[in-house]
Amino acid sequence: MKIAVCVKAVPDAAGGRRIDPATMRLERSGELTISEFDTYAVEEGLRLKEAAGDGEIIVVSMGPERALDALRKALAMGADRAVLVTDEALAGSDLLGTSKALAGALEREGAEVVLFGQQSADGGGACLWSAVAEHLRLPVISQVSELELVGSVVTGKRQTEFGYDTIRAPLPAVIAVSDAINTPRYPSLKGIMGAKKKPQVSLGAGDVGGAAGTGTTVEGLSAPPPRGDARKIDDDGRAAEQIVDYLVEKRLI
Amino acid sequence: MSKTLVFLEHHEDAIQKSSLGVLTRAAQLGGDVAGILIGSGVSELGASAGEYGAATVWIANDERLAPPLPQPRVDVLAQVVRDEGYDTVLFAQSVLTADVAAALAVRLEAGLNWDLTDLTAEGIGTRPALADSVYVDVGWSTAVRLAIFRSGTFDATPVGGSAELKEVTVDLEDFSTLAEMVEQAHAVQQGPSIEDADVIVAGGRGLGEPEKFVLAEELAQALGGAVAATRAVVDAGWYPYSAQVGQTGKSVAPKLYVALGISGAIQHKVGMQGSTVIVAINKDPNAPIFEFSDLGVVGDLHAIVPRLTELVRARRG
Ligand SMILES: Cc1cc2nc3c(=O)[nH]c(=O)nc-3n(C[C@H](O)[C@H](O)[C@H](O)COP(=O)(O)OP(=O)(O)OC[C@H]3O[C@@H](n4cnc5c(N)ncnc54)[C@H](O)[C@@H]3O)c2cc1C
Ligand SMILES: Nc1ncnc2c1ncn2[C@@H]1O[C@H](COP(=O)(O)O)[C@@H](O)[C@H]1O
Repeated sequence: MKIAVCVKAVPDAAGGRRIDPATMRLERSGELTISEFDTYAVEEGLRLKEAAGDGEIIVVSMGPERALDALRKALAMGADRAVLVTDEALAGSDLLGTSKALAGALEREGAEVVLFGQQSADGGGACLWSAVAEHLRLPVISQVSELELVGSVVTGKRQTEFGYDTIRAPLPAVIAVSDAINTPRYPSLKGIMGAKKKPQVSLGAGDVGGAAGTGTTVEGLSAPPPRGDARKIDDDGRAAEQIVDYLVEKRLI
Repeated sequence: MSKTLVFLEHHEDAIQKSSLGVLTRAAQLGGDVAGILIGSGVSELGASAGEYGAATVWIANDERLAPPLPQPRVDVLAQVVRDEGYDTVLFAQSVLTADVAAALAVRLEAGLNWDLTDLTAEGIGTRPALADSVYVDVGWSTAVRLAIFRSGTFDATPVGGSAELKEVTVDLEDFSTLAEMVEQAHAVQQGPSIEDADVIVAGGRGLGEPEKFVLAEELAQALGGAVAATRAVVDAGWYPYSAQVGQTGKSVAPKLYVALGISGAIQHKVGMQGSTVIVAINKDPNAPIFEFSDLGVVGDLHAIVPRLTELVRARRG
């Protein structure tokens, strides 16, 4: 069974994420890491492969060339190879450009299961999978917290505003999983050592059907309204006392 | 003059308040404003949308549209937008609408902006980004503009008026009906409702294991409050769904909200940002929750909470 997992390389949270006022795009020059939410999709792919007894897991991403370093974490976890769509023509892509590029790369692979995470850690719309499924003309199930694969039918359970849905679809299908579906494994030392040697291919816009234009624009940036007298403290062993003092000051106890 | 179509999500016998809120805003912005209801047996519901400013409500009634799945809805919307020449399609954020809007964007080659907290008559949207630390003014470069508004952004305000109901029949794409609803389990209330509590102690995955919810329970008891949870721990089976706060859970606005081991994702924030005072304990100094806490404590909750509970108990006697 061929399983594709779409993962995004995002600026490391510890380095601070910010929008560059000059380009009005997310600053991506610092260190990139795999979006935490996507490690659940990689883990679910690995479990499907293990349950099937064989198969291949392909990590698919669109981003700058340096994103390959971040994809290596997925390879270290056990994915078999990585495909990165990277091209100057794709920089600044929005949903239209990203979905077209990923769909183009996925079409070349023809995977039976295409997995996504629940959202981009750097502020996506938690919806890219649906745009990709539309390009591929495949059924989609999103926010899946329990997944079952029997023969060539997948069944996913997911939470909505009203309770829980159970949805079934024939393969090939696009499935986006939530961060409650599993506990992603840590890469083993062997996995980390082996990751560099696994196949890693870069594709350009021309390989995936050309770059789509963007449908959205950024017109300006502004500071959010001030939040009053917010305070932040580091626990030096007295945090409990400090919280109580604060609650007393605010007349909450 | 702009022609705006508002997607009216419904559940059982009511249109969602959040959809009516978006409709209210669309009517304020002016132009030709219509709503669209897609489902089975939804004709009756359409009339109520007139009160919120829709001049027209499109009705798509079809057995195959009964389950709230996104892909057949894309077929209906694409057809109505094309046939009737709508230039703007607006959605209130939900699990369903995110999937509908994204696929519709591809189908119509239309730009999609999400998580908006406002839209001006000039066509500029406000999108808080990066844990709401920066506000981005966004626009569209396509003929058709799609937008999803953050949950709870606009109040639904009836303005009086009545809508003309127009039925549409649609052809569905083959792939749109491949996904099928097997079961819909509606939420049942377990325990007292958290919506009326003055004090809420909420636990997230940072508690480490289900048994550790006792830390949240004891602190809540000491403070005279209720216990809430994040989706991550509810879906993992640590705590009941009826205690979940956020986009797909409850919206609460207590006087005090104490967040234990919660990262502060937007979908959690939208359910608790109306709290008067927010206190967060999280060991990660970069956790987004600190962007909107009144008192942020960087530290290990396992070390802090037992002592905190003890001190609160002693004070309240
Ligand atoms: C469509 C959609 C709808 C959603 N609806 C909801 C919703 O209704 N409600 C909701 O909550 N979420 C919702 N989510 C999920 C949301 O995006 C997050 O995934 C979720 O809120 C994370 O839960 P968490 O904070 O418990 O877990 P995590 O994000 O894993 O955060 C755990 C936190 O605990 C901290 N921590 C760990 N150990 C300790 C310790 N010892 N001491 C102190 N801190 C510690 C960590 O630093 C971390 O910040 C939704 C997502 C989507 C896409
Ligand atoms: N540039 C990208 N490359 C590959 N996958 C992506 C990319 N951006 C987002 N994704 C995937 O799409 C999911 C949803 O992202 P989003 O709609 O941006 O919140 C993520 O969890 C990833 O699985």
